[in-house]
Amino acid sequence: MTGAQALVRALELAGVTDIFGIPGGAILPAYDPILDSTQLRHILTRHEQGAGHAAQGYAHATGRTGACIVTSGPGATNLVTPIADANMDSIPMVAITGQVGASLIGTDAFQEADIVGITAPITKHNMLIKDPAEIANAIAQAFYIASHGRPGPVLVDIAKSALQERTNFRWPDRVELPGFNSGAKPHAKTIQEAARLLATSKRPVLYVGGGVIRAGAAEGLRKLVDLSGAAVVTTLMARGALPDSHPQHLGMPGMHGTVPAVAALQKADLVVSLGARFDDRVTGKLDSFAQNAVIVHADIDPAEIGKNRHADVPIVGDLKDVFSELVPALHEEHRKHGKPDLGAWWAQLDEWRATFPLGYAPTHDGLSIPQHVIQRLGELNDPQSTIFTSGVGQHQMWASQFIKYERPNTWINSGGLGTMGFSVPAAMGAKVGMPDETVWAIDGDGCFQMTNQELTTCALNNIPIKVAIINNSSLGMVRQWQTLFYDGRYSNTDLNTGHGTARIPDFVKLADAMGCVGLRCESDADVDATIKRANEINDQPVVVDFTVSKDAMVWPMVNAGVSNDEIQYARGVAPVWDREEA
Amino acid sequence: MNEKHTLSVLVENKPGVLARVAGLFSRRAFNIHSLAVGQTEHPDISRITVVVDVEDLPLEQVTKQLNKLVHVLKIVELDNARSVQRDLLLVKVRCDIRQRADVLHVVDLFRAHVVDVSPDSLVVEAVGTPEKLEALLAALAPHDIREIVQSGTVAIGRGARSITERALERGVSQQA
Repeated sequence: MTGAQALVRALELAGVTDIFGIPGGAILPAYDPILDSTQLRHILTRHEQGAGHAAQGYAHATGRTGACIVTSGPGATNLVTPIADANMDSIPMVAITGQVGASLIGTDAFQEADIVGITAPITKHNMLIKDPAEIANAIAQAFYIASHGRPGPVLVDIAKSALQERTNFRWPDRVELPGFNSGAKPHAKTIQEAARLLATSKRPVLYVGGGVIRAGAAEGLRKLVDLSGAAVVTTLMARGALPDSHPQHLGMPGMHGTVPAVAALQKADLVVSLGARFDDRVTGKLDSFAQNAVIVHADIDPAEIGKNRHADVPIVGDLKDVFSELVPALHEEHRKHGKPDLGAWWAQLDEWRATFPLGYAPTHDGLSIPQHVIQRLGELNDPQSTIFTSGVGQHQMWASQFIKYERPNTWINSGGLGTMGFSVPAAMGAKVGMPDETVWAIDGDGCFQMTNQELTTCALNNIPIKVAIINNSSLGMVRQWQTLFYDGRYSNTDLNTGHGTARIPDFVKLADAMGCVGLRCESDADVDATIKRANEINDQPVVVDFTVSKDAMVWPMVNAGVSNDEIQYARGVAPVWDREEA
Repeated sequence: MNEKHTLSVLVENKPGVLARVAGLFSRRAFNIHSLAVGQTEHPDISRITVVVDVEDLPLEQVTKQLNKLVHVLKIVELDNARSVQRDLLLVKVRCDIRQRADVLHVVDLFRAHVVDVSPDSLVVEAVGTPEKLEALLAALAPHDIREIVQSGTVAIGRGARSITERALERGVSQQA
């Protein structure tokens, strides 16, 4: 068979059923056998970035490795953003790129780009294949590497000549990767120590990161939470790892976290980090973060441990293993020494919860309250059958704050890289992977204008996602910073898409042009009815233009670079901490 | 305080692996002091010797990041006392027959060699620690030095143990 046929056969054997992409010169040979594959559904996106984010959304929603395929040069460079995004958020993804023929590599040939060189810093691994005999093995390795250990993106760049030449297909029996460590077993001694600390500390907090979701370890987490009685915070990447309805759940920590979550970490005597990475958006000023806490840090990636904050108890391992060993170890500690009395801690936490609940202020310009729209989107959809994706900015923070998540893999956003435009293509990928779920993309008017062309793909391929544009007619988060830190000088943040503006583009007309149903909601009174109407349409994508006030801001907030102790509940309103304890 | 560290990095003999290793250092703003690459006693394994100027904590981070590269098999830090570390220096000195004796005297003192002679020049070859080679260059400085070329440091641990042993058996070999 040809190298191209070998590629398609290898993708099938790797278990791929859906692949997002766009053909072009160098990858063209591979598209011919794709036409004959009964297993592989190829979804033709409108931009390579859309193909990449769709593969990410697919991977995030299903837990399986996402796949995308594009041509050389500009096709490949258009994938750079999704690859970087997948790398930051540890999303298992395999990207196939065409490359110019082997004899032309290095000659600045038409549509040539050194994509292996370009993506070396942002992939878990990448490779250039010039020999058709190596294609099957490369694909087997790529899927193995992407999904084992800490997940991440792998790029396989294949020369056009290798796709055209003939080869004998041989799927490898074994993946031989002498330099690849897919993760150690957690060390019994450190598990013991973590259990002892959890059984004896007075103010314990479980700091839960996206690793719990990637590891498929939500069940184990639940056991540890229930047994330990500790307070729990879930980061932006971990929303849904523990149901928001769980009584020990304090919400999201960090720059826009809840006051109880931020305060709990600051006052904790024990922080058990589970698949989190002490990101600057969580810790605030690093040397003032959780100053009195002993740190237990469990992660599958040894390079995360001690990277930002010294770990007193380092645990390297798959979180599923960590939980299955830590839970019995903690049981044993309780049996020997009794359960700790966390009454005083919970009294304090409950007081913070009562005093500083999440909330929002009414608007003064007669336009809808964005937080209210998002909250109602959460309340009018069943958390057991709905997936939410989001772009980046104010709407993302509100969607993380005001929607209650009950299951892992139902909140899909761009956390580490902060990629505007993520939500529509990610929702498309999520819907392809989980066709029985309702998928809502919560987007901003800025984000939506970056990648909305994938709605065309959705309309033509029967992928009925729903998009809620939280349209404040501006780049809202940037505008918020201009309000707070640049004296209200609004440099280049006005988008003119909202109520009473030029309204270019008109999102309802745009939706219509792309074969979607376009709806508009301009007042708080119509929010519920509009959401219900959108939920009734299941044979077409729906776009709802919620025109909202541009003056609403995301609170609470810890300003960049300051201590989390300086959290503001609302503008100029900072909680007064107990001085004795501080 | 910054300190020089010598790392021996065993890698699979694959294209692009040196660029990946070097890239990881520059990306994290580490200065590579010297770099040497070559084959080992095992045909599938190459050995990169890197000397970096860095504090302990960031060095630990970069070592962990290097370990994540799929083609990196093993990393060992070699300390000065328990390893032999050598650089190679070639230096071209312009000298006529009258000056030649002076240059040869310096060459003898440092146990260096002359590897090329022409009527008006010598090429001196010397092997040693960076300190010794620096001293040799200082001694030659009064003469007309025309060209200097230096290799990166290569280093090997003292005693019978080999770091390449078992390096290929550590990773993954699993059902595809």
